[in-house]
Amino acid sequence: MRTLIFRTVAPYLSSLMVLFSVFVLLRGHNEPGGGFIGGLIAASAFAIYGIACGVSPVRRAMYFHPMALSAAGLLMGSVAGLLSIFAGVPFMTGLWVTVPFFTEELKLSTVLLFDIGVYFVVVGAISSIALALEEREVE
Amino acid sequence: MEVPMAFLVAIFFAVSIYLFLSRHIIRILLGAAILSNAVNLLIFTSGRLTREIPPILPAGGATEGIVTANPLPQALILTAIVIAFSFFAFLLVLSYRAYQELGTDDTNEMRFAEPEEQKLPPLGY
Amino acid sequence: MASSAKEPVDISVAMVTDPVPLADWLIIAPLILCTIFGAVLLMVRKDTRLQPIIALPGLVALVVIAAALLAHVVSSGPVTMTMGRWLPPFGISFTVDILGALLTLTGAIAALAGGIYGAGDVNNSGRRYGFYPFLFLMMAGVSGAFLTGDIFNLYVWFEVLLIASFGLLILGSERGQIDGATKYAFLNLVATTFFLIATGYLYGIFGTLNMADIALKAQAMEEKAPLVTLLSLYFLAFGMKAAAFPVNFWLPASYHTPRVVVSALFAGLLTKVGVYAFMRVALVLFPAERDMLGWVIAVIAALTMILGAMGALAQTDFRRLLGYLVISGIGIMFAGIALASPGGISAAIFYALHSMIVMTALYLASGLAARASGGFSIAGSGGIYTTHPFLAAVTLILFFAVSGLPPFSGLWPKVILVKASLDVGAWWLAGAVLLSGFLTTIAVGRVWVLSYWRPAPEAAAAGEEANLNPVIDYAPLVMLTAIVVVLGMFPQQILELSQVGTEQLLNPIEYIRSVFPAGGAQ
Repeated sequence: MRTLIFRTVAPYLSSLMVLFSVFVLLRGHNEPGGGFIGGLIAASAFAIYGIACGVSPVRRAMYFHPMALSAAGLLMGSVAGLLSIFAGVPFMTGLWVTVPFFTEELKLSTVLLFDIGVYFVVVGAISSIALALEEREVE
Repeated sequence: MEVPMAFLVAIFFAVSIYLFLSRHIIRILLGAAILSNAVNLLIFTSGRLTREIPPILPAGGATEGIVTANPLPQALILTAIVIAFSFFAFLLVLSYRAYQELGTDDTNEMRFAEPEEQKLPPLGY
Repeated sequence: MASSAKEPVDISVAMVTDPVPLADWLIIAPLILCTIFGAVLLMVRKDTRLQPIIALPGLVALVVIAAALLAHVVSSGPVTMTMGRWLPPFGISFTVDILGALLTLTGAIAALAGGIYGAGDVNNSGRRYGFYPFLFLMMAGVSGAFLTGDIFNLYVWFEVLLIASFGLLILGSERGQIDGATKYAFLNLVATTFFLIATGYLYGIFGTLNMADIALKAQAMEEKAPLVTLLSLYFLAFGMKAAAFPVNFWLPASYHTPRVVVSALFAGLLTKVGVYAFMRVALVLFPAERDMLGWVIAVIAALTMILGAMGALAQTDFRRLLGYLVISGIGIMFAGIALASPGGISAAIFYALHSMIVMTALYLASGLAARASGGFSIAGSGGIYTTHPFLAAVTLILFFAVSGLPPFSGLWPKVILVKASLDVGAWWLAGAVLLSGFLTTIAVGRVWVLSYWRPAPEAAAAGEEANLNPVIDYAPLVMLTAIVVVLGMFPQQILELSQVGTEQLLNPIEYIRSVFPAGGAQ
């Protein structure tokens, strides 16, 4: 897939998709969206970049190994559930804090942390599989 | 509405079982994909099909007497889809590796783990 | 949130309002510990030296937590914690009774043994591929399955342990491993799909997934036919996971391919999860329907134990022989479930614990034997008795235990089981238990005579002298064998525990009350 048009467009397309995936992730806080679908969008962005420019640029761009990203997400998810031990409520209970953010009020929660964890698990797992498949195709 | 859905599920199962009976891994893979969809439809149907509004509370808070669709089967299916998806991705990579390493996708020829002839132990002590 | 000011909503209808005591966190502590350690180890995957240093304290902590959980359950009855403050049956409940806590503890001990052995046996490439992370994720799945009180959640834990087990199975990416893993993966996919199908039907019938809730509703239900169908589907699904006779073929096709330590963990943990799940479903959820299917389960159990032992007799490879012995043991556990008398079930629980320990130990021993004599083939190895007398002595104890000979741990559950089957007049089932024990004795006796006692064949003697590390290699084996010996000599404590566990299974009133303190959601 080394056509000139695709190779030129792919980096811009991928970065837009990653940006969009973050938007979908944060939108999932109160509306349709969320970590899983956001993670899938980001993983497909990396897959597209890999198809256009080869696998090693993607690995360089991701910096961390995909499985390590996955693990970080898993850790985030478990910690998000564990935080409720300090509030004396069962595991995985949603806890909310309101933080003033300039003129607005920002509502942060363990649910959000868990969702970000899911995002990273999905990005890591799916892109590591996708990259493994693409890598073999080149050989 | 449940009865036609039941037949649809039956067709899905029939197709996937037919594919599963093949000797070739690629067809078994397709069968696995269809099988997971069959199960998802089955769960969806067992949650009863109704034409109701989404189970999201209006801004005014909880109101008595509103009939909403059943959200639980959809949550179950979402979980099942995610699991089936990751399974399928793994099986795809595994089958591809098997094809590369073993040089065949015919399960009858995949006998590396269980060779057909084994050396017999000494019969006397 | 305007309405909350208008008319205050009574939150206590739908949510847990009492503060959760810290001791209840023990219920999910094994899961949290396993996921956190798994995640951290996965992040430092490349640092092969650090892996066992982090992992072994984690496994020790898992054993300690599981022991504390067992003590908590023994002292205060079944405990429940429902996720996210939603009251059951809406939230996902984790409910632990003695059976679940006992199996979690035994599983943790087996995992610890595997972890220590893996520190010596798994080379750097295996560690880089993630032996320890996958071990922890598999333990998360295994303990989750033992501890959960929600049937769909049980399915999710089955998948978690299955995916982690795939990772362990193809650790070396050798040809045989990929071949074995393909068969293992597809057949287990079919088994879990059957589980999911049954759960979908179950949801269609009851409209709930909480096990205590289902148990209540199934008692009240007049029509039995759909429930018998459900139980048959569950029997098929869990029988396949447990490798019961006509659906056992994935086990001998794959269990001898991975690293020895991985085989040991699988043999100790995975099939027993299937047995546990069937115990839970058949005895707690659908006891009346189980009575109708009792004879089917009994026939399957008898066939599984005898054909498993006969399969072992036909093998010439030590590890494949052990795979068939795993199957034979599954038959004995199913026989206990088929009887469903207090004696039968407590025998099944005891035998499950014994089998987890002894099969893990036997696989580890087979790995050491292969290193000592240069291969798993019974034909090609020999003379271990002269070169490694200690290993030979330990293995002999394990051989006695797996055959059910006194004075080791396999004896007592078999004695209780034979007595329980004679009590209900099932003489053929008692005969099958004894026959399978006899065949097992012959099978392991052959291994003993040929690869341990026989003078080493010329080819093997020329091989290099293996150095076995006294700590890393022998410690897990000695630890497990010590448990086998202690359980055999002093079975009273475990026997009483499994009898109390049986009590809780047959009369799940305490289990249900721990989920619904008010006595049910009707």
